[in-house]
Formats: sequence, C-alpha cells, structure tokens
Amino acid sequence: MLKILKKIICVGTITEKAPTINNADLDEIGIQVKRVIDRRYGGNLAIREVDAGSCNGCELEIQALNNPYYDVERFGVNFVASPRHADALLVTGPVSRHMETALKRTFQATPEPKIVIATGQCACDGGEFGESYASCGAVSNVIPVDVLIPGCPPTPLALLKGILAAVTSQK
Amino acid sequence: MSRFDWLSELLALLQDEHILVQSGNALKLAPAHLLEIDMEDWGRAGEAAANYGCRWAGVWADPRDDEIEVNACLEFQGDYLVLRTAVDIATPLLPSHTPYYMGADRLERHVQDMAGLAFGDHPDARRWTRHQAWSEERFPLRNDFSVAEKPEETTPADTEYPFAKVQGAGVNEIPVGPVHAGIIEPGHFRFQAVGEDILQLEERLGYAHKGIEKIAVGRDPAELARLAGRVSGDSTVAHTWAACQAMERSVRLNVPARALMLRAIMIERERVANHIGDVGAICNDVGFAFMMAQCGRLREDWQRRSQNVFGHRLMMDFVVPGGVSIDIDNIQIAKLKANHAEFRKELNELYDIIDDNPSLEDRLLTTGRLTQETARKFGVLGYVGKASGLDFDVRHSNPYPPYNKVEVKVPVYEDGDVAARIRVRVDEIYNALDLMDQWLSSIPEGPLCADWPTSVNGNEGIGFIEGWRGEIITYVRFDNNGRIARFFPRDPSWFNWPALEKILLGNIVPDFPVCNKSVNGSYSGQDL
Repeated sequence: MLKILKKIICVGTITEKAPTINNADLDEIGIQVKRVIDRRYGGNLAIREVDAGSCNGCELEIQALNNPYYDVERFGVNFVASPRHADALLVTGPVSRHMETALKRTFQATPEPKIVIATGQCACDGGEFGESYASCGAVSNVIPVDVLIPGCPPTPLALLKGILAAVTSQK
Repeated sequence: MSRFDWLSELLALLQDEHILVQSGNALKLAPAHLLEIDMEDWGRAGEAAANYGCRWAGVWADPRDDEIEVNACLEFQGDYLVLRTAVDIATPLLPSHTPYYMGADRLERHVQDMAGLAFGDHPDARRWTRHQAWSEERFPLRNDFSVAEKPEETTPADTEYPFAKVQGAGVNEIPVGPVHAGIIEPGHFRFQAVGEDILQLEERLGYAHKGIEKIAVGRDPAELARLAGRVSGDSTVAHTWAACQAMERSVRLNVPARALMLRAIMIERERVANHIGDVGAICNDVGFAFMMAQCGRLREDWQRRSQNVFGHRLMMDFVVPGGVSIDIDNIQIAKLKANHAEFRKELNELYDIIDDNPSLEDRLLTTGRLTQETARKFGVLGYVGKASGLDFDVRHSNPYPPYNKVEVKVPVYEDGDVAARIRVRVDEIYNALDLMDQWLSSIPEGPLCADWPTSVNGNEGIGFIEGWRGEIITYVRFDNNGRIARFFPRDPSWFNWPALEKILLGNIVPDFPVCNKSVNGSYSGQDL
C-alpha cells in the first residue's frame, strides 16, 4: 500500500500538464466542450460508442480519451454502457453488412434528441474498405449522421474537437 | 540443429501411410517447404502430421475458374511446411483436419463460407464467417462473385444461428453483444450458466467481416500494404510487415538493412504499447484502477513519442513494399534510448506493485486457466501460449532479419492463468526494450527502400511475423500483371479465440472481462 501511495504522490496529477501536445489547445477545447455540455446537457454528455466494423484503430484512440492526460470526464463527456442512456452515438468503422441491423437497432434504442458522430475515415466515407458485398461503407449510408471526424485513426484531440463540433451543432 | 532435418522422417511416415507426395519444393514458398499431395490424401496427411507432432497453423483456399487450390500450413521445430492440393470446383469436397487439430475448426468453416469448399468429416457443419449478407449458395472468393455484389435490402440480423444449448434445472442463457458495453469491437458471446458459474461459453464472431480477402484482389503492392495495415489496427505494423514480407519474398527482393531495423523498432514499439495498455486494463477489470491510470499514462507517453519520432501514434503505413517510408536521425535515437531507460524504471516500480498486491493476487492467480494440453490442441499463440508452457515465437524459432542477429528471450510459464499472461507480457516488454536499444546502437546507414521490380507474374510468397499477439502468417499471390490475386492474413486470434471458450469453463460470469482482456483476441483480425 505504501508503494502505491508513494507512486500516486510522486506522479502527482498529470491531467493539467500534458507535456507534448499543445496544452492550451486541449484546455481550450475542453473548456468550450464543458460550457456547451453544462448549458445543454445538464453537465453530462452521455456517449455510446458503437464499433460497426472498424479495424480497432479508432477504438484505441477513443479509449485514450479516458486516460489521465485527456480525462474527458472532467469536461462532462461520459461513455455509457447502453444506447438507452446515451445522448450521442460515436460510430466507428465502415458499417459491415453483418453489423447493419445491429447499428440500426442501436440508433433506434437511443432516445431523441440524439447526435450521431461518424468517427474515423472509414465511418466518414468507407475509407480503405469502401462499399462491397461485405461493407455498407460510410455510416451515413445506414443511419443519419450529424458530424464527421476524419482521420485514420483520429487523434484523441481530433476526437475531442469533433465532440465539441457535435454538441455545438445541435440547435 | 539445422533447418528441416526432420522432414525426411515425416516424408517416410507419409510414405508408410501411402500418401503420395506429388512434388516437393523448398524454394517456391521459402522459407516454408511446399508439398503437393492428392486431395484424397488430405485428411490422412493431416492425421500423420498430427501424430508426428506438427502444429497446425492455418488453411486457405484459392479458387480459380475450374479448381480450388487449398493450402494448409504446418510447423515443426520452427520450420514451416505448406501442404497443397487442388479440388475440382464442380465437386468441392475435401477431408477435414479438424478431427486431428481442434484449432482447424473455424478456419475450415471460414474456407467453406468464403470459397465454397466443404470439409466432409468436419464435426461442425454450421456457418462461421457468413451471417446473412450473402446467400448460402454464393461464395465471395470465387471468381464468379463480384466484390460489388450486394443485397437489395438491409442485411438482417443472424438470429437463426443455432447456438449449442445446455439443458437442466437452473441453467440460464446470457447473450452478450454484438454491441458491447465498453469501447471494444463487435462480437457475440453466449453464456450458459448456473448462477454465476459458467457451464459453457460460445463465441459468435464475423460481425466485423469487411471482405478484406476479396477487396485485396486487383490492388498493387503499395495498396495491399495499406489494407494489411488495417486488418487489425492494434497490429498495424505487424500485419503490414507480414504482407510486405510475403510480397518481397515472392519476388526475392532484398530489403535494406536499415529498413529492416526500423521495421523491427516499430513492431517492438507496437508490442510495448499494447502490452502496457492491456496490463493496466486487466488490473482495472478486477477493480485496481490505480494500475489502469498508471499504465494509461505510460501508454499515452509512448504513443506521443511515436507521433514525435515517426509521425503517427500507431505508426501506420510506414512499412511499405521494399522497405520503410520514414527515417530517424541521431537526435531521435538518443531520445528514444533515454525514454527506454525511463520506461524501464517506471515499469520496475509498477510491476513491483502488481507483484506485491494481495488483492490482485487473489483475483488473478488461478483465474482463467488454460492447460498446456488444451493450448497445444488449439495451436494457441503468443503470450497466451507462452503462459501455458508453449515456447513458440517466430522471432526465436524461425528468426527473420534483423532478429537473426539478436537474442530473443521467450518467457514461458506453466500456470496458464491470467497472472501468468501478465507476467509474459511484462517480460516481453523488457525484452522489447533491450532489443530496441541494441538496434538503436547499431543501426547501419543506407537506403530505406528497395525498388519494386517491374515484372511480377504469378509470383507467390508467404510471410511469418511475430506480432504482439503472436505469429502472423500472410500468403500473397500475384496475377500476371503484378497485381494481387490472393491475400490471406492469418491473425493469431484464430486460435486464441477458441481457447478463450475453454479458459472460461469453471470460472464465473463476472470474471469474463478480465479473462477476455488477458487473451485480447482481435475481432477484426479474425473476421477479415
């Protein structure tokens, strides 16, 4: 236990001083996100992530949003376990045909008003996989999409910018 | 011990079984040895190989207009053997290897769904990769199937898939997925449980099937490398290298030494990134959030370093046919070395905490055990195999440059539990840091990429790369215009996924996440 405490104290809080990316960027965007979320979502934007067939590269970067550097929960962004609890869907991948119905059902299960964010190049336009016998391509071919976050995969900062665009885009 | 000194013994064994080897070729798929046999002998050849002790490492079909060529890869003492036969496309039936190799089950069903080749005595006739996106009578890898072929309406959910049921008082069925609660890939798990005790777990994958094998057809080498980098994003360097290695071997292209070292540095960085992230996630799955935060911090530092030095957090698309597309300078080399020293120090501290924490010990020791016997039967790979007593590692058993000049330590434990899998991963991180330091100190000057030859006609090649999950085998065949005719990447997850079903037996439903994370199969890598 002492070792754990020592480690915690020695490392300190790293959330505020991300060393190599533009720290001002993260804070600035984060604060904007927080303002909008406070105003429109009662302080908590609930996101359900749906992998509709991605290569898992996007998942790695979305997971990174929760690491102590980004710690997006401090801005009011929260990943939830069910679409029924969600304000927004963060959808990755070209939509595989095998996930087509599952994605539609997930969309239907999400209460209105809802935002759909197509995340990653494949989700935006089909990416490397395009449309085929196995892939529906872009997410917008399957469900209505509000915001696109391109990139292969998008960096955590790009993801946060996309989430900001999504929450401010809603009338 | 020299390479293939056992082969004559196996050939004699095949002869005793009256299995006729039509031709043997040591060069065509080098370093693998190619044996062409009659289709009638296919099953018995598998049986003989199993009796001899070969590991079964995969099967892929290559349908042409009038026949289906079938290849099975075997491994013994680090040497690879490819069995090949051809089946008339009008009567696409072949004996199965599954009766002798449990790990062959899903790959043979994948071949059945994709190429329309049935395996006669396969114990499980159910579909695997195919859900409802194309009909039972159509086979995507056949030449008469267009890549653009698509259903007119929404592809329905695969609700009719016949899961195996457990009957009895108090047995309840728990369906999970394909949309999971966490930020992970799609797949379905069907638990049969009494209370919390798992009686049976059945996986249903294929949700992330993107037609990778089909859309590869017609690509040029650079385009294939990009696609290979997206077979499984967490293994992007490993899969791209395996595809490039297969293409380069097919045309006997020598990759410059500097490029090989840069590839190796990137693949070891990928190994460290995934291992450290998973160590944290495994601890988090038993409620030890401290380790998740610490490992998440180390992983993020690591990814940013990759961004700084190479220009991409996951180092995607830097391995290209013939070499690499990036370089590093001496300042970056010095930075990386200093960073490795720092990382080692941090890991020492953290592993000390993991090793000395009674509540972790209580949750991870004896949880999710995989016996060596079961691991061997499935041909389990990577850290899952090493934690269960299997010492195979391509970097050690069949080292490709630059691994032929360094010592790769293969950590092996016998316990086969979640704790052993963590230990293997931590050992592999230390070894990866050592290897990278050696290369950073000795990296030769020179070109970064060899020129791709202009005339490539029907060449074929095979790549063997140890990714962070374990051995990746990639087969590539070119058409007569130098474009891809067949691409098959075999991710290690093909064998580690079925082992997870056995790992969970006798465990409780709430321990599924930690067991699953300790294996961490790729959905995308096996769904293709």
